[in-house]
Amino acid sequence: MHDSCDFNVSRRDLMVGAAASAAVVTAPSVAGAQASVGVPSMKVSFTVNGEARALELDTRTTLLDALREGLHLAGTKKGCDHGQCGACTVIVDGRRINSCLTLAVMHEGGSITTVEGLGTPRDLHPMQAAFVKHDGYQCGYCTPGQICSAVSVLAEIEAGIPSHVSGDLTARPQASAAEFRERMSGNICRCGAYSNIVEAITEVAGRKA
Amino acid sequence: MKPFTYERAQSPAEAAAAALRIPGTKFIAGGTNLLDLMKLQIEAPAHLIDVNGLALDKIEATPEGGLRIGALVRNTDLAADPRVRRDYALLARALLAGASGQLRNKATTAGNLLQRTRCPYFYDTNQPCNKRQPGSGCAAIGGFSRPLAVIGVSDGCIATHPSDMAVAMRALDAAVETVKADGATRRIPIAEFHHLPGDTPQLETVLEAGELITAVTLPAPVGGKQLYYKVRDRASYAFALVSVAAIVQPDGSGRVALGGVAPKPWRVEAAEAELPRGAEAVTVRLLADAKPTDQNAFKLPLVRRTLAAALAEARS
Repeated sequence: MHDSCDFNVSRRDLMVGAAASAAVVTAPSVAGAQASVGVPSMKVSFTVNGEARALELDTRTTLLDALREGLHLAGTKKGCDHGQCGACTVIVDGRRINSCLTLAVMHEGGSITTVEGLGTPRDLHPMQAAFVKHDGYQCGYCTPGQICSAVSVLAEIEAGIPSHVSGDLTARPQASAAEFRERMSGNICRCGAYSNIVEAITEVAGRKA
Repeated sequence: MKPFTYERAQSPAEAAAAALRIPGTKFIAGGTNLLDLMKLQIEAPAHLIDVNGLALDKIEATPEGGLRIGALVRNTDLAADPRVRRDYALLARALLAGASGQLRNKATTAGNLLQRTRCPYFYDTNQPCNKRQPGSGCAAIGGFSRPLAVIGVSDGCIATHPSDMAVAMRALDAAVETVKADGATRRIPIAEFHHLPGDTPQLETVLEAGELITAVTLPAPVGGKQLYYKVRDRASYAFALVSVAAIVQPDGSGRVALGGVAPKPWRVEAAEAELPRGAEAVTVRLLADAKPTDQNAFKLPLVRRTLAAALAEARS
């Protein structure tokens, strides 16, 4: 825990340094592309974890690559890079999305929350604390995406958004294990921590009720 | 991805005109399918027009008692709309059976209709595919065809249309509203929107160059029991092997459309006259001209059984 705090501090220093510079130019990591003459680039500004950020990016840069490589917010993970695994899940304008399947330049003026914006090692978000308590991970690679997704799942249930397993479409959906399993199906965990993830979400849902 | 220039659309008509004027243009809305294909260079647009800023994200009542769904309404919002949940349960159920929560939050109504097939040979750029590279051949025919189409196919393509939403839209007699590059608007019944592959599997819809979908309309609610049964290889977040959209009225009449079996949402209105005689009779008419492969012939009895299950629930 102490080590991760130190890491966090040093990363914050890095972030402050990045924010102080006028703009960060980043190239997408896909296809080995580097920013070069003749490749279209664009400026984009959005808020990330409450901080205003401005970047100049190759238009091809996904939101995922902008977060990781432009802003050095490496909490959000790249898994499949095709929207199939959910490791890159972040919350944009209040909704969870796959950050690998959206372009950074499409989010001008947007508000983005990554796992770094949910809590800190000393002040964990309730969902982060519940994942620790219930051992909702093994290798941890999918965990930031699982946690961002789980936080949104509870918000979606609270907002009355139905799911495939909601019995009555016109009734309010329940905060049940069956609902959590269905709604979390876009987040894959190759270590198979699913049952513990459901327990973690159940505990947070119970706290909220 | 190949490099591309990017602009934000100012109006539907200007977007349509610009798309025709600038070679290699694609519209981008949710991006969940297009960006996936761009990463694989199956799509390689030179210019993207981002239509997300257009105010096409409303669901409005029509004078005819139906709904006009803006092209940019997200799948999540359409499935959660109280009017859709109450009056078009089939549509809500189909949407919720598709993709993941994250994807439904981005994917749009128009984009869902335009999504490309998930045929593994369309995705594998090392393989011939008449849809991806016209004239190159079809590796699916004689290859791994288990998930692919059994009806409406041609000698050049056996890809399925992957949408769940479009199957419900077909059963509900939806219509697609568009604006063309010259500013003219038109309304296309969903039955006429998607092409069968024939000799030109790369041509998937009747949309002309630059033409932009602005809305999808639903007629007044038809009532009845509305069910969407989807059979897939896992319980969630998978494309359909077979899906059945059924609307069953108290007098036994109704409508049936199928997903997962054809290059477009599959509905044969004449087959619906057989509904009082049960699933077997309906399926025989629905799939009369089926040309399954050895690997996907299981879809024929699967349609019959899935429809039988849906009809049993509708009548219980």
